[in-house]
Amino acid sequence: MDRRTFLASSAALTGLAVHGSFNQVLAQGTGPIKIGLLTPLTGVVASGGKEIVEGFNLYWEQVGKKAGGRDIEVFIEDDGSNPDIALQKARKLTEQTKVDFLVGDLLANTGLAVSEYAKTAGIPYFIPVIAADDLTQRKRIPNVIRVAGYTASQMPRPLADYAYKKMGYRKIITISQDYTFGHEQCGGFAQMFTELGGEIIAQHWNPLNTQDFSPYLAQIQAAKPDAVFAMETGADATRFISQWTNFGLKGKIPLLGAQNFTDQSVIRTMGPEAEGIISSAHFAEGNDAPATKKFVDEYNAAYKHLPSIYGFSHYSAALWIAQAIDAVKGNVEDRPAFLEAIRKVALTTSPLGRPVRLDAYGNPIYDVYIRNVVKRPDGKLWNVPVETYPEVTQFWKYDPETYMKQPSYSRTFQGTPSK
Amino acid sequence: MNMTHQKVWTVCTIVLLALIPFALSGYQTSLATLMLIYALLAMSIDIMAGYTGRTPLCHGAIFGVATYVVMYYVTSAGGNPWVGMLLGIGLAALVSLVFALLAVRTSGVYFLLLTLALGMVIWGVCQRWTSVTGGENGLRGAVRPDWLVDPSRFYYFVLAVGLVATLIMWRFVQSPFGLSLKGIRESESRMKSLGYHSTRHLIIGFVFSGVMAGVAGVLYALFNSFVSPSSVALAQSVKGLLMAIIGGVGTLFGGVVGAAVIIILENVVSSFTERWSMVLGVLFVLTMIFAPEGIVGKLRSIKWSRKGSK
Repeated sequence: MDRRTFLASSAALTGLAVHGSFNQVLAQGTGPIKIGLLTPLTGVVASGGKEIVEGFNLYWEQVGKKAGGRDIEVFIEDDGSNPDIALQKARKLTEQTKVDFLVGDLLANTGLAVSEYAKTAGIPYFIPVIAADDLTQRKRIPNVIRVAGYTASQMPRPLADYAYKKMGYRKIITISQDYTFGHEQCGGFAQMFTELGGEIIAQHWNPLNTQDFSPYLAQIQAAKPDAVFAMETGADATRFISQWTNFGLKGKIPLLGAQNFTDQSVIRTMGPEAEGIISSAHFAEGNDAPATKKFVDEYNAAYKHLPSIYGFSHYSAALWIAQAIDAVKGNVEDRPAFLEAIRKVALTTSPLGRPVRLDAYGNPIYDVYIRNVVKRPDGKLWNVPVETYPEVTQFWKYDPETYMKQPSYSRTFQGTPSK
Repeated sequence: MNMTHQKVWTVCTIVLLALIPFALSGYQTSLATLMLIYALLAMSIDIMAGYTGRTPLCHGAIFGVATYVVMYYVTSAGGNPWVGMLLGIGLAALVSLVFALLAVRTSGVYFLLLTLALGMVIWGVCQRWTSVTGGENGLRGAVRPDWLVDPSRFYYFVLAVGLVATLIMWRFVQSPFGLSLKGIRESESRMKSLGYHSTRHLIIGFVFSGVMAGVAGVLYALFNSFVSPSSVALAQSVKGLLMAIIGGVGTLFGGVVGAAVIIILENVVSSFTERWSMVLGVLFVLTMIFAPEGIVGKLRSIKWSRKGSK
């Protein structure tokens, strides 16, 4: 081999032998606290993703971008509504931008991918919107905390109770996006509904980004259920509601929805086709509690539209995180202490108008409202509470330990009696 | 003259690649690792698109299938990652064989569409077969062996595997068999009249390129410790094809250049602007107008024209 090659290869070999890992010197808390916000700015749930940024930023702007005596810097990355990209961006934020903790993501599959990364990298990850049940049930990760969030199956259970007892439905068909969030929302609904004595006569699962729902709508029409429970998010929800009306089913079959189905991000551009849909959630922007009204008015003034669950959840999350940062006096580098402070937060100033705290498994407890979509005097649509179910935890009427013995909700297990 | 020149270029590139972990941070080294993995995918596509003259849109799916096998074998079946990698390459070969048998009798646009459809079948299976593939959630779990967790070590591992694979591909396309593929690209009827069994040659070529895509796929499993249906989607095949085209179809090493360009665009340029995909689109259009033979192809033709004008 010639001299050039010899020198180059020996340099490379020596380098290999001498290589060691460098220990990161933790900067003592004087610089700004860096927050990595992952959110889908493109893809099927881009409408919700934008509002995540709005809600999060609104809080920090209201307090002058400071907490615990330090400045707050938010780094926003687009997760593309896709778990591969979410993972890439999580890595980038943690390893290149060197943020102190991660927040955000919308779709459950992106959240699960980033949670797995957070587990191995040890970085705190807060998930106000990711509702994958197991993250606070069977597969709890200590540094992944559902700050101001909820589990997927938490909200539909009161709705199933309302549907059976108040509305008198006995036979229901569910249609849902085919991924964890959909499986768990439908599972929560189906298990409660069948335990009360109702029957789920069919369940349809559509891929994310379904353009044409007519095959499903035709089957629903033929089966003649008492009501339909629909779990769609983002652009899929908009399409479903329009096609439901165009197909002629509006007014003929009552429509029940998951909270994302009638979320502001979906209904604000719609008209009469969205009115009258019943859903359940901890947040209703039409709630006339003073704290909620104040938040809705401030949000509307800042962004010229009513807040959605995504905006609200991330506003509350920012509030929650700020309280924890104040509790540790800005020392977020001490991760165990910071995580402990997060767990101990009892949010008294939440826009919900009632205190919010975590249960023993790391998921918040809420009053769940049964909401109806109505038109305001100014023509805009919003969700107004018609009934309240107080103190709903992620387990509600079930005993946690017994509940966690049953398998996680999936396409094949929905908590219904096997046929 | 040509051979020595090429040897110098090769050695310089290898040395440059070997020095990367020293020049760049751990995160950037992992990006370089990703670039090497995609380079393998792009080169495997180039074997079909460049040398055989039939452009496939399914190699992303074959790549992703290998990734799925490794992830499933290690996380759900509790197996050894190395065995998983062999199984992944094996399934990639099997899938390529099936695709080849179905597709090689067509050419041009029909071949493109047929391979596109076959890739979509794989995507559909990965999306719906939730009990095995995890559906939209994908499969996740640590699959990288402990001694490879350090990004620099893993980079050298991927570099070593990549160099071996590139060497194999290079020997393949330079061999008489590789030349027969070029002949089929030029004129299939003439090759047939000379007695070459063109269908058999195409099938072998296709499976070989699929195996190489499978090698890239198993490395990706170790890199990412995560797989989801987007890894087998059409976008993956298109990305690989774009890398091959921007680097230069028919040059083999163009795949490395193309992969570098696109990975850098995706990660570095995206820090400065949200519209990085527009930059990619503009780059692609400019390449097609001014340098349709790709970056490496353009460099080679500049060298030749300079030689000729002496």
